[in-house]
Amino acid sequence: MIDTSMYKDDPGYNIQELLDKPYDPELADREYNPDKPMAGRLTDQGPPHFEQFFPEVIKKNYGKWLTHEFLQSGVIKYTSETGDVMWVVRCATPRLVTTNLLREIADIADKFCEGCCRWTTRNSLEWHVTDEGTLKELIEFLNNLKHPGGSYKFPIGGTGAGITNIVHTQGWIHCHTPATDASGMVKAVMDDMFEYWNSHKLPAKLRISMACCLNMCGAVHCSDIALLGIHRKPPFVEDDRITGVCEVPLAIAACPTAAIKPATVELADGKKVKSVRVKNERCMFCGNCYTMCPAMPLADEEGDGVAILAGGKISNRITRPSFSKLIVPYIPNELPRFDSVCKIVRQIVEAYEKGANKYERLGDWATRVGWERFFEQCNLPFTDKSIDDYRLAYDTYHTTTQFKWSSHTDKMM
Amino acid sequence: MADLKKHDTPLLNELKKGPFPSFVDDLETRANTGVQCCYDLLGQLELSYVHKETHWKHGGIVGVFGYGGGVIGRYSDAPKEFPSIAHFHTLRVNQPASKFYNSRFLRKLCDMWDHRGSGICNFHGSTGDMILIGTSTDQLEPTFYDLSHQFDMDLGGSGSNLRTPSCCMGKARCEFSCLDTQAITYDLTMTYQDELHRPAFPYKFKFKTSGCPNDCVAAIARACTSIIGTWRDNIRIDQKAVQAYIGGELKPNAGAFSDRDWGAFDIQKEVIDLCPTRCMWMDGNELKIDDRECTRCMHCINVMPSALRPGVDCGATILNGAKAPILEGAQMSTLIIPFMKMEYPYQEFKDYVELMWDWWMEEGKNRERLGELIQRQGLAHYIIDILGREPIPQHVREPRSNPYPFWKEEEVPGGWTRSLEDFRKRHAA
Repeated sequence: MIDTSMYKDDPGYNIQELLDKPYDPELADREYNPDKPMAGRLTDQGPPHFEQFFPEVIKKNYGKWLTHEFLQSGVIKYTSETGDVMWVVRCATPRLVTTNLLREIADIADKFCEGCCRWTTRNSLEWHVTDEGTLKELIEFLNNLKHPGGSYKFPIGGTGAGITNIVHTQGWIHCHTPATDASGMVKAVMDDMFEYWNSHKLPAKLRISMACCLNMCGAVHCSDIALLGIHRKPPFVEDDRITGVCEVPLAIAACPTAAIKPATVELADGKKVKSVRVKNERCMFCGNCYTMCPAMPLADEEGDGVAILAGGKISNRITRPSFSKLIVPYIPNELPRFDSVCKIVRQIVEAYEKGANKYERLGDWATRVGWERFFEQCNLPFTDKSIDDYRLAYDTYHTTTQFKWSSHTDKMM
Repeated sequence: MADLKKHDTPLLNELKKGPFPSFVDDLETRANTGVQCCYDLLGQLELSYVHKETHWKHGGIVGVFGYGGGVIGRYSDAPKEFPSIAHFHTLRVNQPASKFYNSRFLRKLCDMWDHRGSGICNFHGSTGDMILIGTSTDQLEPTFYDLSHQFDMDLGGSGSNLRTPSCCMGKARCEFSCLDTQAITYDLTMTYQDELHRPAFPYKFKFKTSGCPNDCVAAIARACTSIIGTWRDNIRIDQKAVQAYIGGELKPNAGAFSDRDWGAFDIQKEVIDLCPTRCMWMDGNELKIDDRECTRCMHCINVMPSALRPGVDCGATILNGAKAPILEGAQMSTLIIPFMKMEYPYQEFKDYVELMWDWWMEEGKNRERLGELIQRQGLAHYIIDILGREPIPQHVREPRSNPYPFWKEEEVPGGWTRSLEDFRKRHAA
């Protein structure tokens, strides 16, 4: 067991007794008085201490694990210095879950896992069991659990040299700045990539991440494959409401290319207001102005769509971490299943599967064979949009005579 | 149950098909139990699929009394069509470190959220919080009251404050973990509650803690301060186990490549030749590592986890400044402190945090991330003048290639004041 006694007076140290008390839907109505918000107010309590949620086998073996083994995609066996053995089953979730599903998760946890479960950094769900019989029952149970439309509720997979869950953002489900939908795209792409979710057949692990706009609320900028919502039309400027809804200097300062300038304009009724004007040719459609100012929306069904980047990684294994690079500048939003996005992701994954050496991440493979060969083998056109013209663009220039002949140079012969 | 309005969702219905779990089916299952806001959310999403544009308005300032973050305002821009999601705000709830839960917690949370809001959640948001999606303005204070009184839980961060710290699963399961990632994350979260709830920073700030350089919480990609476990001493080698890998009794990389035939394991090709510093060799039957030349990339350990383990003299490598592209471009974290012991109460780390925050709060422009401030005012200035540390080669990937250092007057003999007259005596104009 770990020593946590230094935190024993923290409010969240042990909340199990609180959890045993049923939820009282009337407590807040009885006790909270909006005219006296400080009365009985509990703040700055922080999270509950983590140890209380561990299954017994983890409490006992914390810091004592010796080794692990992937028995199959999604099933990991851990062995401890103490001789204890634990199995973990990893399942995908769509991140967006209802309390209906959470209650089912609680039931499964009770049935197989002493009531415990955890979520991973990439939104997968993990179950912990301590005997092989229970492991087999759990796997069979999960394999048979399906939604009415036929999808698995908790498909097992996401480990080793495969494709794990797609980290993503809110999209049209809940965000005000998206250029595309997140949950729908994740569903479509993972349906198509499902054979890689539940197998270990790639040269190394492959991470697909998705962000519904350039704010990139996740680590999309360092993924093997990144799917990114983009806008392509400059923002509107609503002169008649801009000063009422934002601080104009903040909107001006928000622009990374200094494309926004203050402007005094005359409204239809003759009133003069302080507004802004956008120099369209300097706009790169990042939407940062809209983040600062509701009177500058830029969403557009024709302009918006998806860019695909590739070749990033986070881990320090063998090669250093690197950014995802822009490969496909624009795909229109094809609803509901983003067919072209799925097709292109498959092209890239299959080319990588075929061409890379064992342990090579997608970006490592591209670097080794050269980007000219990467575009050729993925059967994707190279466009002007892949040439950098932002900050530190020089770092991406090709300053050597070393290049390979490819379909791009064959045209010139 | 009466008067429930279900919207037609022919496009979304296509997303019920296929093996990956369907969020549409999950939402609809809940809607069918009598939850109008789930029908409305699906209806509005369907409209977005038709229009190819979002139907959520720009933010709006909502929150709970005394906190400047933790609640994200959200209003539908089609409230007549979808009245039950006219207000649909989000609460971020600070998760237990490494995201372990139990069924009692989950059920009570469900009871609370079904009563106070939509029953829709994200497990989890990108930063790491549990997200409760969808409630009205008048339910925000009662929800916070319930969370704090019936769960002893708290909101996470949002806005220009410390965001909820998060970590990998560390010593709970991973034999590679060089740090007690959960203990560090919990401690930092409790120490910096004020900074988390009351925005006083130029912009957001993130701590992320990974137990080893595999960095499974992506600290190096997105944290203002990345705390990544490492070791100072030697990789532990079990030579018998090395032989078991060579002989094929143990599967390389713990079986992570099991669905493709890569041929027999070849330690020379797969481990020794792939080592980025070439610091490994076979001496007869024994695997040797020159640890002084090792950069602790984790490859050999990942390939042979039963034979190789990190050292025991462990601590953290501290890096600063990672961020997504907005505004000045994406950055990875830059190495600032090669090694720091991380032992309760982490005072050495917290002293360093004070220096970093004092500088960034003083000098940072509005919405300027730490990484951008470092770029603007200079890495050398940050390391030497602000943190009081020695510059070392480990701070650069390569030395500068332009010859423009800012020499200080006190570094140059005679200072900068000199006699023009004397100069002209020596050199005719």
